[in-house]
Amino acid sequence: MNVTVEIERRDSDPVKPEWACPSCHQPARLADLRANLMVCPHCGFHLRIGARERIRQLVDEGTFRELWSNVLTLDPLKFTDLETYPERVREAQAKTGLNEAIVTGTAAVDGTQCVLAVMDFGFMGGSMGSVVGEKLWRSTELAAGEDLPLVAVCSSGGARMQEGILSLMQMAKTSCAVDLINEATSPFVTILADPCTGGVVASFATLADICIAEPGAQLYFTGPRVIAETTHEKLPQGFGSAERNLQLGHLDAVVARKDLRVRVGNYLRLLGGGEEPDRVTTTIGRERGKGGMGQTALERAKAFATYARRPFVRGDREAAGEAEEPAAREPSP
Amino acid sequence: MTVEIARHKGRPRTRDYIGYLIDGFEELKGDRLRADDPAIVGGLGWFRGRAVLVVGHQKGTTLDEQELHSWGMAKPEGYRKAQRLFALAERHGLPVLSFVDTPGAYPGVAAEEGGQARAIADTMLRMARLSVPVIATVIGEGGSGGALALAVADRVLMQENATYSVITPEGCAAILWRDAAFAPQAAEALKPTAAHLLELGVVERIVAEPRGGAHHNPEVAAASVAEAISEALAELDGIAPQERRRRRRERFRQLGQWFDPELPPGTLSLFGGYSTALR
Repeated sequence: MNVTVEIERRDSDPVKPEWACPSCHQPARLADLRANLMVCPHCGFHLRIGARERIRQLVDEGTFRELWSNVLTLDPLKFTDLETYPERVREAQAKTGLNEAIVTGTAAVDGTQCVLAVMDFGFMGGSMGSVVGEKLWRSTELAAGEDLPLVAVCSSGGARMQEGILSLMQMAKTSCAVDLINEATSPFVTILADPCTGGVVASFATLADICIAEPGAQLYFTGPRVIAETTHEKLPQGFGSAERNLQLGHLDAVVARKDLRVRVGNYLRLLGGGEEPDRVTTTIGRERGKGGMGQTALERAKAFATYARRPFVRGDREAAGEAEEPAAREPSP
Repeated sequence: MTVEIARHKGRPRTRDYIGYLIDGFEELKGDRLRADDPAIVGGLGWFRGRAVLVVGHQKGTTLDEQELHSWGMAKPEGYRKAQRLFALAERHGLPVLSFVDTPGAYPGVAAEEGGQARAIADTMLRMARLSVPVIATVIGEGGSGGALALAVADRVLMQENATYSVITPEGCAAILWRDAAFAPQAAEALKPTAAHLLELGVVERIVAEPRGGAHHNPEVAAASVAEAISEALAELDGIAPQERRRRRRERFRQLGQWFDPELPPGTLSLFGGYSTALR
C-alpha cells in the first residue's frame, strides 16, 4: 500500500530495479522518478508519498522544525480485532518510521513562515485518532496564537476505528479547531492528496480558506464500494476524482505537485498580508512598517524559538532567497 | 443486546419526541438552495413555555415513512437545512435542541457529488460557532459523521439504550475482520453503549428509559428526556453567550486520549490531561 517506503528502501540498493507506472505502465528509473517528485515522467501520475518526503518537497530547505513528535497513541478501548490495537500501531511505526499518522511543525513555504501539518497515509491508512486530532488542534492553536498561517496536507482513509467513538470525536474536535483559527483570522490552506476520504474530508480538510488537491486524488466521504453495496447505483466516470470534484465546485484548484510550493506560498502571502513574490525576496528583512513582511517574519521567528524552547535554525531571509527557483530541487539523498 | 434496542422499529423517533416535548411546533422546510431533505426535520416551537429551535434526524416508523425519510440518512440538503436553521436560532437567540437518530449520512452518488463531506464538516463548524445554548440528545442510533453533524453541542445527552459509534458494527467487521459476519465481535470491541460513552466523557448524561426500552412506554421515555433537557438548559442559561462558544470548543478539545512525555508535570496529566478518571 505504501509505495514510497518500498521505493525508498530499494533506492539505497546498489542494483536499482526498473519501475513501471501503475497508470501508464511505462518504465522509468527510480532516480528519475524521485527527481520528478514521485510523479510519473511519462503520464504525470502522482504516486502517494509519505509525510517526510512531502515535507522535503513542499517547504524551503532546512526550515522545517518538528513539534510534538512524541505525542503517543493510547488504547482507550483496549481494542482487539484480528490483532490488538497497540500491535497495529507498532507495525505502522516500524513501517513508516513515524510515531503517528500526522507530522506537525513549523516551516517556510516559498518564503512564508507557517505552521505545517502533514498526514501520512502509510500509517494505518492515515486514520485520524486522538493523536492526529490533538496535534491538529495544537497546530491551529499555534497558528492562531502566533498569527501564522496553517498549511495541512491531508491524506487519510478516515477515522481510526480502533479508538471507537473517540476517533469520531476528532471530527468535531478538528472542526472546533477550525473555528479557533477562523476567529484569529489566520490563513488556513489544505492540500488534499490521494486518498482523502471519510472523517477527514468531512471535517477540517474541507473547511479551509483555500482547499486544493493533487491531480488524480480520490476524494469522497462514502466510497464507491459502500455505495455499490448499499444503494446499488452506477458510478459516473471519474467519481470522486480531484478533477471531478473541481468541476462540481468542491475544490478551489487542482495543482500539480511540482507547482504546490509556489502556489501555496502565493496563497499564504495573498491572505496573510504579504508582498508579491518578487518583491518579497528583495524587501524581506528590511526595516518596514507594521504589517510589512520582513519585520513580522523576524518577530515570528523569535516567537517560535521561545515556543519550542530551542534556538531557531534559520531565518526566512535564506528561505525567501529560494523563492527565485521554485520546486525543481534535487531530493536530498 | 443494545444495538437491537437502539434499532427497534417501534422506538420513538424525533417527531414523536417533538410531539411530547414541544408545543405549537412549526415545521420549517428546505435548505434555501435547492431542496428539502425529509431525513432531517426542523422547526420552531415551545419547550416548557420557551421558544426553541428543534432539529433532528427523522427515521420514520412504517416502511413507507422510512422510505420517505431515507431511514434518517441525510443528504447535503438535509445538513444545509440544519445549518440555515442554526443561523436562524443564532439571529433570534433561541436555544437549539437537536435529536440524533441515524445509521449515518446517505451513501449515494448524488449526495457525494452534492458535497456531502463539506456539508457535514460545515454543519459541525457552524454548530461550534453558535453562542446560543445547544443540547443534543442521542435517541436511537448515533451513526458516524452523519450523527455527529447534529451533535456538536454544549451538552450531549444519551438515552440508556441508544448507541453512538464511529461506524456500524457491520461496517467495522467488514473492514477489520474482512467479514461482516463478525458484527457481534465488532459491536463488543467498539463499545458504543451509553455507559461507556459517559465514562469517556463523550456524553454528559444518560437518560433513563422505561424497562425494556423507550418503545415500551414512549410517554415516560419522553418525560425523562424533557427533564434532562430542561436541567441542561438551566445550567447553560447561566453562562455568557461567547463563553458558551468557548467552552463548547474546549469540551471537544478535551475528547481523546494520548500521552505526551514532553509536557511539564503538573500542567496536564500523563493521559492527555483529559482522561476520564480526572473529569
